[in-house]
Amino acid sequence: MVGIASCGVYLPRYRLDRALLYQAVASWLNPAAFLPGERTVANWDEDSLTMGVEAARDCLGEDREGVGAVYFATTTPPYAERMNAAILATALDLGEGVKTADFTGSPSAGMRALLSALREAEGGRRVLVVASDCRMGRAGSLQEAMYGDAAAAVLVGEERLARVEGFLTLSQDFPDYWRVEGEAFTRSWEDRWIREEGYFRFLRSSVEGLLKKHGLSPGQISRLALPPLFPRDQPRLAKELGFSEAQVQPSLFEQVGNAGAAHSLLLLAAALEETEPGGRVVVAGYGAGSDSLLLTVTGRGERKVERSLRRRKELDSYEKYLAWRGMMPAEKGMRGEEVAPTSLSLSWRERRAILALVGSRCRACGTPQYPPQRVCVACGGTELEPYRFSERRGRIFSYTEDMLAFSVDRPAIYGMVDFEGGGRFWFDFTDCGAGELRVGAPVRMSFRRKYTDPVRGIVAYFWKAVPEVKDGD
Amino acid sequence: MGIRDKVAIVGMGCTRFGERWDAGYEDLIVEAFQEALEDAGVEKEEIEMAWLGTCFDEVSAGKSALPLSVSLKLPFIPVTRVENFCATGSEALRAACYAVASGACEVALALGVEKLKDIGYGGLPEFGSAMGSRNRILFPNVTAPGAFAMMAVRYFDTYGLNPERGKEVLAKISVKSHRNGAKNPKAHLRREIRVEDVLKAPIIAWPLGLYDCCGVSDGAAAAIVVRAERARDYREDPVYVKAMQVATSSGEELLHRWDGCHVETTVRAARRAYQEAGVQDPRRELDLLEVHDCFSITELVTYEDLGISPRGRAAEDVEAGFFELDGEIPCQPDGGLKCFGHPIGASGLRMVYEIYKQLQGKAGPRQLRDPRLGLTHNLGGFPAMSVVSISLFGLDRG
Repeated sequence: MVGIASCGVYLPRYRLDRALLYQAVASWLNPAAFLPGERTVANWDEDSLTMGVEAARDCLGEDREGVGAVYFATTTPPYAERMNAAILATALDLGEGVKTADFTGSPSAGMRALLSALREAEGGRRVLVVASDCRMGRAGSLQEAMYGDAAAAVLVGEERLARVEGFLTLSQDFPDYWRVEGEAFTRSWEDRWIREEGYFRFLRSSVEGLLKKHGLSPGQISRLALPPLFPRDQPRLAKELGFSEAQVQPSLFEQVGNAGAAHSLLLLAAALEETEPGGRVVVAGYGAGSDSLLLTVTGRGERKVERSLRRRKELDSYEKYLAWRGMMPAEKGMRGEEVAPTSLSLSWRERRAILALVGSRCRACGTPQYPPQRVCVACGGTELEPYRFSERRGRIFSYTEDMLAFSVDRPAIYGMVDFEGGGRFWFDFTDCGAGELRVGAPVRMSFRRKYTDPVRGIVAYFWKAVPEVKDGD
Repeated sequence: MGIRDKVAIVGMGCTRFGERWDAGYEDLIVEAFQEALEDAGVEKEEIEMAWLGTCFDEVSAGKSALPLSVSLKLPFIPVTRVENFCATGSEALRAACYAVASGACEVALALGVEKLKDIGYGGLPEFGSAMGSRNRILFPNVTAPGAFAMMAVRYFDTYGLNPERGKEVLAKISVKSHRNGAKNPKAHLRREIRVEDVLKAPIIAWPLGLYDCCGVSDGAAAAIVVRAERARDYREDPVYVKAMQVATSSGEELLHRWDGCHVETTVRAARRAYQEAGVQDPRRELDLLEVHDCFSITELVTYEDLGISPRGRAAEDVEAGFFELDGEIPCQPDGGLKCFGHPIGASGLRMVYEIYKQLQGKAGPRQLRDPRLGLTHNLGGFPAMSVVSISLFGLDRG
C-alpha cells in the first residue's frame, strides 16, 4: 500500500476580521447570519495557482526527484483552458514527462484528486496532489464571510508520514452551491437543506461506511478531520458519529474559513501533525457527495499548519479587499490601464527562466546569474548550466516604494535582491507595506501573478520577493 | 585616439522647454533648427548629413529619420535616427561629429526632439515592452524615479546618512538648480524653491520626493558641426569638441557585482573622456558642468563619479557651494533637467547648448566668468543598467 510522504500548506498573509466585513455591509444583512472569527484573504497578486505553487514548495522542499504526476484541484482555476497543473509542474521545475491533470467542479476536487493519486501511486510513482481555492462571494453574501483562501499539498509515495489503509467515495449530484460558466460568484440553495440533506447525510454515510469497511469503531480512531459548514455543525456531526471532542480535528473555520477544494487536505496535514505515530486518522471531504480516507500515522513532520496560522496580518479595510478581488471598479489610472502584449511563444521558450526562476551558473567560475546568460557575467565563459534560484534565500540590496508605478496596492514596492550563494536581480516585492523594508533584510521568493491582461485573456506569472517579517508573535 | 579638436560646433538652437501644449514635434524641430541655422549663418542646403535623436518614438514623432527630413524638407540627404535611452541627444551629436571627423562630410546636423506631453498622464510613458519582451515579464514594475530612488536608499545606507540628513543634502542640489533655472527664459520651471519645500513635497518613490525629480516636458535642440580647421570661416567663437565618450553597462551591476551607490558607466566614460581631452585633474581644470540630474541623487553621485568630489563626500561640496553659479565648478548653470524637464531626445543637446553659450559669453544673467572648458554628462537607462555619454567642449583649439 502507498503512503503520505510529506504535506505542505499555504495560507496567504492577510486576514479579514468578519466583524470588519459586517461593519461594511451590515445595513443589508440579517445579524442572525453573522459568523465569528476571521478568514484568510489572498493578496491581489495571488490566485489558486500561485497559492498552490507555494503549498507544493512547502511540501517538496528541495526534494523534486521522481515526482511522476501532478494533480491540481480547485474550483477556481485561473485558466479554463490551458492546463493549470502543467503550469504548476513547470513552476516547480519538475522536468519534462510529468503527468499532469486538473481536478475541478466541486470542493470535493481536492479529495477526489488525492484518492486518484493513491491509485496512480500504486504503480510505484510519486504523485503530488495540490489543492487550492480562492473563491468569491458577492459583497455581503454568506459565502463571502464563509470562504477562506488557502492551499495544501500532499506528496503520495513513501510512508514517511502515514500509511494509507483505505478510502471510500460517495458521489452525488447535489446542487448545494453552483456557478455557471463565466460567473464569478457561487449561488446556493437554502442553508438548512444543505446542512440536513447534504452535509450531515453524506458525511455520516461516508465516515460510517469507511469505519465499517475496516471493522473499526470511533474509539479506535485518534483523529477525525471533517470540513466545516457552519461553526456548530462540525462538532455536532462528530458527536453524532460517536466521536469525542478531543478526537475532532478543529475545522479552522474561525482562522481560515472554508477553503473549498483545499480544506480537506489542509485538515489532513493538520491531523498528521498532531497525531502520534501509530494513531489512526480519518479524513473526510464534503462536496458532490463525500470522500473519506483512513490513514495510520507513521512519522512526525514539521508543524506547518501552526506556522502558517502564525504568519498573519490583519487587513484593515474591507474596501481594500474588494479592490484586490476586482469586485470594485477602482481607479487604475491610464498608466495602469496600459497593458503591453505578452509573447506566449517567448514565454514558452523561456518557461524555465520565467515560471521556475531557473538562471544559469558558469561552469568555469561557478558564478550563479539570473536571468540565464549565454556569456558569463563574471568571467566571460560560454559554458553555463541551469541553476534554480526559486529556493535560494536572498537579502535586500536596495529597494524603493514607488507611488508613480501602477499597483493595485500602492506604493509599488520593488528592489534588488542578492541571493545567498551568488546572483543578483531586481524583483517586485509583495506581502509587505511601506516602511517595512530595510537594506540587508532577508527575503524568500514567491510565485505570483505578475500582471493580468484582460484584453487578451492572459494571466502572467513570475516570482516576487517576500520580506521575511515576523508576524503575529 | 579620439576626435579632440577635429570638430567644432558653429551653430546651436534650443526651443523653450515645457508643457508645449501649443506645439507638436514638427514645430519643436523647426524652432530648434531655425535658431541653429541662423546662429551658424549657414543655408539648409549646406547640410550634408543629419542625425535625429528621439527615444519614445511611438508617442511622438514615429520611427526612423523621416520625422526630421520631412519636417525640415531636407533635400534627400542621408538622415539617420539614433536612440540610446536618455542619452539619445548626445548620440545624435556624436554621430554628426564622427561623420565630420572622418571626412565623410563637411557640415552635419544633430537634432534631438521629444514630444512627451501628448500621452495623457504624468511621468514618462509606461515602459511596456520598451525594455524588451522578456524583460517586460522579468523586470519589476520599475519607473525612472523608482530606479534612481534605489540608488539613494543604497547611498544613504552605505554612507550612514539617515533619511532626514540624506534628503536635506539632496534638497540643496534641487534648490541650487531652481535658483539657476529661474534666470533662464528657456527653462520649464522658472521659480526658486526652498529646502523646506523640497522636504515637505509628496514622495514619488521613497526617498525621492517631487522636487528631487526633474520635470517631464517637450523640447528640441540642435547643433551644426563642421571640421575644426574650417570653423573660423563660420564664426569668431566656435566651440571645439575635446572629447566624446560613451560607456554602456555589461550587465555586471544588475546581475553580479556593484555597490549600488555610484554609476559605473559614468566612471568609465569620464576616465576615457579626460584621457581624450588631456584633462589630468578635473576638479581643477573643468570650468562648468551640465550633468544628467534626472533626480537629485543622480547629480550627487555624478559629482563623485566624475572624480570631482571624493567618494561618499559629495555632500561636503554641496554644502560648501562648490557647484553653485558662483562656486568653483558651477553645475547646471541653466537649471538642468530639474528645471528644463527631460524631453529625452533633446536633453543631451540642451546640455551642450548651455556649455556652448557659456563658453561664448552669451548666457545672459547666468553668465559665468570666462569659462574655457565644459563637460556634459548624459545618462540613459537606470543606475543598474545604463548608457552614459560624456563630452568635453572648449573655446581654445589646442
